[in-house]
Amino acid sequence: MTTLPDIKPITSDIHPAIEDMIDMPELLPNDQLPPFEGDRVIQYREALREAMSEEMRRDKRVFLLGEEVAEYNGAYKVSQGMLDEFGPERIIDTPISENGFAGMSIAAAMSGLRPIVEFMSWSFSFVAADPILNNAPKMLYMSGGQFGCPIVFRGNDGAGGQLASTHSWCVEALYANVPGLKMAIPSNPYDAKGLLKTAIRDPDPVFFLESERMLGDRAHVPEEEYYIPFGQARLAREGDAITLVSFGRPVNFCLQAAEKLAEEGIEVDVLDMRTIRPLDIDSIIERVKITNKILVVDQSWPFASIASEVVTQICERCFDWLDAPPARLNTVDVPTPYAKDLEYDYLPNPDRIYEAVKQQVGAQ
Amino acid sequence: MTQAPAQSSKASDMTDKSDYDHTPPTTEQKLEWLRVMQLIREFENRTMQAYQQAKIGGFCHIYTGQEACAVGTIGSVNHDDPVVTAYRDHGHALARGMTPEACMAEMFGKIHGCAKGKGGSMHMFDKPNWLFGGHGIVGAQTPLGAGLAFAEKYKLEVLGEGKKKVTLCYLGDGAIDQGAFHEALNYVSVHNIPVIFIIENNGYSMGTAIHRHTANADNLISRGQSYGIDSIEIDGLDIVDLYNEFKPFAERCRETSRPGFVDLKTYRYQGHSMSDPQKYRTKDEVDTYKEKDSIARLLSQLIESGDFSEDDWKALQKDIKAQVKAAMDFAENSPAPEANELYTDVYANPEKNLSPTTEYNHGLNNPLL
Ligand SMILES: Cc1ncc(C[n+]2csc(CCOP(=O)(O)OP(=O)(O)O)c2C)c(N)n1
Ligand SMILES: [Mg+2]
Repeated sequence: MTTLPDIKPITSDIHPAIEDMIDMPELLPNDQLPPFEGDRVIQYREALREAMSEEMRRDKRVFLLGEEVAEYNGAYKVSQGMLDEFGPERIIDTPISENGFAGMSIAAAMSGLRPIVEFMSWSFSFVAADPILNNAPKMLYMSGGQFGCPIVFRGNDGAGGQLASTHSWCVEALYANVPGLKMAIPSNPYDAKGLLKTAIRDPDPVFFLESERMLGDRAHVPEEEYYIPFGQARLAREGDAITLVSFGRPVNFCLQAAEKLAEEGIEVDVLDMRTIRPLDIDSIIERVKITNKILVVDQSWPFASIASEVVTQICERCFDWLDAPPARLNTVDVPTPYAKDLEYDYLPNPDRIYEAVKQQVGAQ
Repeated sequence: MTQAPAQSSKASDMTDKSDYDHTPPTTEQKLEWLRVMQLIREFENRTMQAYQQAKIGGFCHIYTGQEACAVGTIGSVNHDDPVVTAYRDHGHALARGMTPEACMAEMFGKIHGCAKGKGGSMHMFDKPNWLFGGHGIVGAQTPLGAGLAFAEKYKLEVLGEGKKKVTLCYLGDGAIDQGAFHEALNYVSVHNIPVIFIIENNGYSMGTAIHRHTANADNLISRGQSYGIDSIEIDGLDIVDLYNEFKPFAERCRETSRPGFVDLKTYRYQGHSMSDPQKYRTKDEVDTYKEKDSIARLLSQLIESGDFSEDDWKALQKDIKAQVKAAMDFAENSPAPEANELYTDVYANPEKNLSPTTEYNHGLNNPLL
């Protein structure tokens, strides 16, 4: 009779395929993170750089690779000075060969390194769609739990700089559909640092969505090291009329609209999701139970969007708490135009949010 | 169907080109080239100004320095030979015959622009002039170039219409590192597709010098040759030499239905785009190339041969200034697209329920059609 060897169940939280499972930092709830407000004001791009540099100082396996990241100091100056500090072995310029360098980095991650791959824009990641979608998120599964893929893909996402149709992609809805990957999308410098540090430490592939439009935004960023847990939203503004749920740059549009609404006596919630996958649906439900109304503001196109997903989950999980049909406001369902005014109309801009809230608040 | 030799080398290219038209250019041709090159230069000067004044937005890549490339190669083929290029496309558009008005209005994001203000600087399309676009994704236009040539060949061989054509597909030295380009090269060689890939080799992929971004950088034509494609290196700063080399090469591709590969050596005077501090190169280097300026070179040849005078040159410059000024006024005065244009040109057949939020329609017809 055949004797089958014993196979032991996995008891650790983090899969043993990732050898350095103890590498995960302590992840704290919002009220134990350093204060969001303060006077150490730096740019969003500097916050990203600080996150990468801190992690690279800590762990030699971490490296940064992409177009113009080294000698040019970054097409958008995110990696400025990093070549000087870490040298050309760890800050690596690539040819314009996204498919090649994304695939190569994935194998480096399987082999125990911790690559950060910069896409000058997520719009260029489609050239690398096969490795980033077919290899990275499926490696652990396809190898039956032998190979993990701890890698960060990061770059600019979204429209707003008159870059027209091919260069203005919001990839969140397309890519978030794929199981096996995680997706973070910071709306401000504080989150940019705290989320990117977590992304680098995370044992799974993380798609990290920045915005060229926000790189120059300035806000308080703690000097100390901190890690923002994935799947932990932040209530950026508290109200009672309706809960606005958003992520990435449109969070700021929501806050602008909220100011104007407040002048009219309409106080709204603004919930910054921070990560799309995992999605902190519990925090949304908690707020919807108070405001009884929800508007999801999403810079992807409406059809099968992140907003569609949030609305579905809300209907599934707290339908009875709603006083009005759940609503979504997306980017207009057309390719991105170049002309300035058309592009403004196309985005889920503060004016459109204001109108949508007025409609929802009026609806019973 | 003609089967061209699978092997090619620099030497063999030189030997059999005599089979094809290689009459040197006429004075008329040269004068026309001078006019178009100067038009591009003046146009780009105004483009930079307008960008500084925020009348143009987005990414904007200036063609100054490379004028002889577009003008000389497009000047070697027929008006109905297809052309496709990358995002540094103003020069190709003007050389193809797009009016400076349509080109500038596009960058101003206006309704009289070649793409109704929807495309901007990187997306110059001109159907009547057989220009199938500027394309923003590096390398994306190379399979398209193959496809344009495929279609013309198909029309002739299967539909029995049209004529023998050759397609020009431009790309930068940075784009040769893209996988799509290698797939296109392999395909067109195996299938005998008459497309010429013209590498406008300005030595830089954004801020990365060619030796740092591509292997075997001093021998780019070996890439084409390794796919069995006739491949030549041409000095892209002397338009007369360029024409004398390129014209018979293009004719041969057309007649034999074979692809071609050209390493066209050139230089860009301005930064990669409008936001480039250019720390990767010295002013000396830029000045060295400016001394070899292609417009100045052609001008002095024409003056030496007595076909053109200093006064003629002054008059030409003045005419072109006025022409481009008129284009600026045109762009300024053309209205921005109406809000409804957001919903137009999305579907050729805008049926019901294509979108949960949006009703599509047909707006204004393209001004070029
Ligand atoms: C797939 C892709 N990756 C990156 C970019 C960003 N990008 C635009 S142009 C460019 C450099 C291209 O250089 P080259 O092909 O030599 O053309 P040149 O600009 O010199 O004309 C880069 C990296 C892009 N547009 N598309
Ligand atoms: Mg180049």
